[in-house]
Amino acid sequence: MLKSAVILNKLAGVVLLGILTALLTGCTTIINPQNPQSTFDTLGPVAENQLFIFWVIFFAGLVVFIFVEAALLYMVFKFKRREGDGDPAQTHGNTRLEIAWTIAPVIVLVVAAVPTVQGIFYADAGRYISANYQAAADEGRFLEVDVIGHQWWFEFRYPHPTNAGEQIAVANEMYVPVGEPVVFLLDSVDVIHSFWVPKLAGKVDMIPNNDNMMWFEAYVPGEYFGQCAEFCGVSHANMRFKVVAVARDEFDRWLLHQANPAAEPSDPLAAQGKKLFRDAGCSGCHADSNSVIKLRDDGSRIPGRTGPILNHVATRLNHLGMFRNSDVDFEDASGRRLYINSQGMPADVTTGRSFINESMLQANLKEWITDPESLKPGNLMARDGEPYIDPANELTEVEIDALVAYLMTLK
Amino acid sequence: MAQATAHHGEHEPTTTGLNHRKMLMWAFLGSDCMFFGTLIATYLVYKNRSITGPLPEDVFSIPVTTVSTFVLLMSSMSMVLAYAALTRNSMKTFRIWLASTCILGATFVGFQVYEFTTFANYEHKVYCADVGVKELTPLKQQLAEKCGTEDEHNGVVEEVVGLTPRTNLFGSTFYTLTGFHGAHVTLGIVWLLSLFFLSFKKGMVTPEKNLDLDLAPLYWHFVDIVWIVIFTVVYLFGVFPGF
Amino acid sequence: MTTMAFPIPRPTHPTGIWNWITTIDHKKIGVLYGVTAFILFLTGGIEALLMRIQLAGPNQDIVSAEIFNQLFTMHGTTMIFLAIMPLSAAFFNFVIPLQIGARDVAFPRLNAFSYWTFLAGAIILKISWFTGGATNAGWFGYAPLTSVQQNPGTGIDYWIVSLQVLGIASLAASFNFLVTIINMRAPGMSFMRLPLFTWMTFITNILIVLAFPVITVALIELYFDRSFGMNFFNVARGGDPVLWQHLFWVFGHPEVYILILPAMGIVSEILPTFSKKPLFGYPAIVLAGAIIAFMGWMVWSHHMFTVGLGPIPVTVFTITTMAIAVPTGIKVFNWMGTMWGGSMDFKTPMLYAIGFVAMFTIGGISGVMHSMASSDAQQQDTYFIVAHIHYVLFGGAIFAIFAGIYYWFPKITGRMYSETLGKINFWITMVGFNLAFFPQHFLGLDGMPRRIYTYDASMGWNLWNGVSTAGVIILAIGILIFMHNIVKSWRKGELAGGDPWDGRTLEWSIPSPPPEYNFAEIPTVYDRDDWWARKRREVRRGVPVAGGSGEDEHHDIHLPQPSYWPLVVAIGLFIGGIGLVYPVGMYAISMVGVFIGTVAVYAWSFEPVNDPEEGEQAAH
Repeated sequence: MLKSAVILNKLAGVVLLGILTALLTGCTTIINPQNPQSTFDTLGPVAENQLFIFWVIFFAGLVVFIFVEAALLYMVFKFKRREGDGDPAQTHGNTRLEIAWTIAPVIVLVVAAVPTVQGIFYADAGRYISANYQAAADEGRFLEVDVIGHQWWFEFRYPHPTNAGEQIAVANEMYVPVGEPVVFLLDSVDVIHSFWVPKLAGKVDMIPNNDNMMWFEAYVPGEYFGQCAEFCGVSHANMRFKVVAVARDEFDRWLLHQANPAAEPSDPLAAQGKKLFRDAGCSGCHADSNSVIKLRDDGSRIPGRTGPILNHVATRLNHLGMFRNSDVDFEDASGRRLYINSQGMPADVTTGRSFINESMLQANLKEWITDPESLKPGNLMARDGEPYIDPANELTEVEIDALVAYLMTLK
Repeated sequence: MAQATAHHGEHEPTTTGLNHRKMLMWAFLGSDCMFFGTLIATYLVYKNRSITGPLPEDVFSIPVTTVSTFVLLMSSMSMVLAYAALTRNSMKTFRIWLASTCILGATFVGFQVYEFTTFANYEHKVYCADVGVKELTPLKQQLAEKCGTEDEHNGVVEEVVGLTPRTNLFGSTFYTLTGFHGAHVTLGIVWLLSLFFLSFKKGMVTPEKNLDLDLAPLYWHFVDIVWIVIFTVVYLFGVFPGF
Repeated sequence: MTTMAFPIPRPTHPTGIWNWITTIDHKKIGVLYGVTAFILFLTGGIEALLMRIQLAGPNQDIVSAEIFNQLFTMHGTTMIFLAIMPLSAAFFNFVIPLQIGARDVAFPRLNAFSYWTFLAGAIILKISWFTGGATNAGWFGYAPLTSVQQNPGTGIDYWIVSLQVLGIASLAASFNFLVTIINMRAPGMSFMRLPLFTWMTFITNILIVLAFPVITVALIELYFDRSFGMNFFNVARGGDPVLWQHLFWVFGHPEVYILILPAMGIVSEILPTFSKKPLFGYPAIVLAGAIIAFMGWMVWSHHMFTVGLGPIPVTVFTITTMAIAVPTGIKVFNWMGTMWGGSMDFKTPMLYAIGFVAMFTIGGISGVMHSMASSDAQQQDTYFIVAHIHYVLFGGAIFAIFAGIYYWFPKITGRMYSETLGKINFWITMVGFNLAFFPQHFLGLDGMPRRIYTYDASMGWNLWNGVSTAGVIILAIGILIFMHNIVKSWRKGELAGGDPWDGRTLEWSIPSPPPEYNFAEIPTVYDRDDWWARKRREVRRGVPVAGGSGEDEHHDIHLPQPSYWPLVVAIGLFIGGIGLVYPVGMYAISMVGVFIGTVAVYAWSFEPVNDPEEGEQAAH
């Protein structure tokens, strides 16, 4: 062997070893649980259980990993061929040893399987569908939310708190009461999507013609990031949403507020926008004043309009579930000061100041209406919406401002 | 792909003593089992999941399909007789049985064509006297609603509700499954016909050189067996309640 | 016997391009497979590189969302069907007849047909980039994203047709190799004396024979939906998208083993050779391979843990999947047992083989992590899975394939590669690979979904995405060095001799490159690792061992002659396939393809018999 190759060999080995060690030791600090979708910052029982099972197998795997890689390294140095070596001892096998290393993994896996199977049943929402399920749901002992996937946005339907047979629809941002299990009935109108809020629970797919369910509970109030996890077409990457957890009474205030139509715009520009909302064809796909949708007589759901519901769009903390309408950071665990005030709006618990930053909201809405294709490539509005495909009907700057002004009144 | 490799194969000593091509045929049939297995699985998964009719109990006519099944089984028998004749070196008898195998196979395909066209133009009849007395399929129930209206003629309501591959899940799965089976039978007929015509050329098909007469029957019987499964699972289970 | 329906003589081109086109020599076909698949591997790599550049930072706009989706779909399809499978097939072709002491495969022309059909399928897939957009629904093509309503373009149709054509190629090759391995072993080569690579090839081909019909049917159903308006996956008519997933993964999981078992076979050849020790626990490794293949049929739903199958099926598939770790572990431990106490020589193939064991172990462990449905609920469809699959298929399959290329390079070309460049290549690849894919574990656990073309700066994924992209660039440099080494050494490397590694199996008993007839005399086999045993016996007896037998005096060896028809049938399939992509008005083209194919099949059947004398007659 060439001299240079020997040196290279050793050098590279050392470098590699260094990198591997760095990666391994860094593992705990490298992944920052503060990241919005970290699976290590578990803030609900389901995610917690799933992380526990991850650690079980992680440490079992780590032992195997260290054993195998250390043995490899040891052998590489120990059993290196040297000048003048003859044939080594020709061992063909060792039955006892082989049985041992068959049994050992079996034991590890059996041990790991126990919490896993428990976890599978724990995460399954089927446990809420028991004999007294309907009774429990009727009593409001747990909240049940329909989640409907669209390309590329999430629709959420809540049971109307007072009117049986009616649902309240919101889009891209949902609220849940803290400390209560929430059951989700998952569905899709087009392709397969997946409902995933990493800090609260692992994902479950939303499949047309399949009634999937899941549940989670949030331990603490705050805003949680969610994202579609099943590839669903061009803008899959932009199919995001938020879950906002608040105290039960605040949640009730919010829901009731969503059920009511927003106030009529008084500002002339906004009033012009409201008219334009109909004339330009927006209302063909978007509901702007009514979030309440009746159920069919047999209790089945009626499909809503094609586009996200826009009633109360100005109360959402995030635009499209992606861009913040708020400059207040309520991310860190101690500072979750979000609450829902008596107007049904998210606000600061100490100062009462609205969380919605009007200028951010305005900029977001304007950007979206001006060029939806650049924010969510392939979306239906940019593809089929009259103002975007027909140059004759293109929205002018003034019209866009009017529409934005109108949407901003939908509080 | 016949003579050259056959010849080659017969001369080459093999590890197991089995002919290469025969072994390939077995491997192919194993693969084909998975092919039909998947088609049948799809059919079964979608059984009773069609949103609209017609359903198996509407269109199937078990007597007709029993006859066509019998025809196909007879073709297997004549295939065996053809093979036996060849080993006895009576070429004339061999050709007769081989030709009759082809004819029986073609008859089966003809039945299938007839069946497909009938299904596609199926005329549903409901005798209004039966309503409430007999159990009706959902589609017939729907038709029965016309009883007592002017669509009714002499106590009978009739309507053409054809079954095409587009009609419902049953149509898609049924035609795809049986269609591929029919294609297999057709391919077998082409193969057997090729052998039939070859047998007139001297030395092409002889008792010593009958490998193709080993493989073709293997294929033919396999296709037959698949049909028996289809007949049972699709036709019989489709019509008789309780499955 | 002289009556020919198609009296076209067999081609006789001893050299040149026509020789390559008409060849039915398994060694040349192996080289064709290898070179073609490597070029396709590079195209898949370029697709990956573009994706990594797009993801190097947040909110980048280097490629559009639509193009990105096409890139990852094509990358996956390419690497699986056009790179790893045919690279394995290249080794099947070159090595298997040599290892079992045969002069060729059982059906030499069928073998040529497999290659040309594979090439046809590859071209069909790759030209879709230039015919209005490649497929963009993921290599798994989940319904209903593949429906004509969602995906009206021809990309999906090209994908369907290409996979069908590739399926025909794979099935034909598998029938061929199954028969070859069962039926053409040299005298004394019992199954328990088969080299491990041959064993794993055997098992792989059984899997192909049984798994490909399933995807064939699924694709037919999808094609019927798209072209004829049938209802298999049409949600509005009661079709169930989950059925597609079941069909796809019933094929797809055995497919994973189709990709990795040959790699395990290659490593099981290299480790003993460079440790100068027989494989530790040969029966256990064989049995483990068989169990993996068998259990590979019982675990498919672990790809579907989040589909909502219900807790009981999920539990069953969790347990079967965890169980499959046991035979995999057996293999890893036995490989280590092979090296233990050996006399290890760190030539490039050995480095790659050890790299395989080290990296595959990581992939195996992360595999167990998401075999457990509970922790998979967080990992499914994230970069954690991307990391896992690349540790298994790059750190696993591709490392083993590189090991195999270096290992058999002297046998294939008769020349030695540059060891220095080989080592540099290994270490750069190793570092680049780990930099590229290890951080993806972190990204996945940090909640980054896979198949997203962009992400926001606030998500905390910037660093590791940047590192990953840098790693891929290093990896690409490693591949360039590899290509340089191979091309340079092929042309003017040192002559290698018949047995440069002190090899163990029969392919090392003949000269390099092997003569057309492989073995001057078919050897008789008395041992596992027969060539090694033969050498040691003769050393003990004091007889010097020549670096290979096979003097050039056996000119009367019966070899089949080249043929045009396999290529012509493949051309028919190609034309017919293209016709199917455009159902409206293009059936005419399909019919042309069918006609060409049918004529060629008959011509094939009645081609002159390949006895030397008769071949001469035909040439007159």
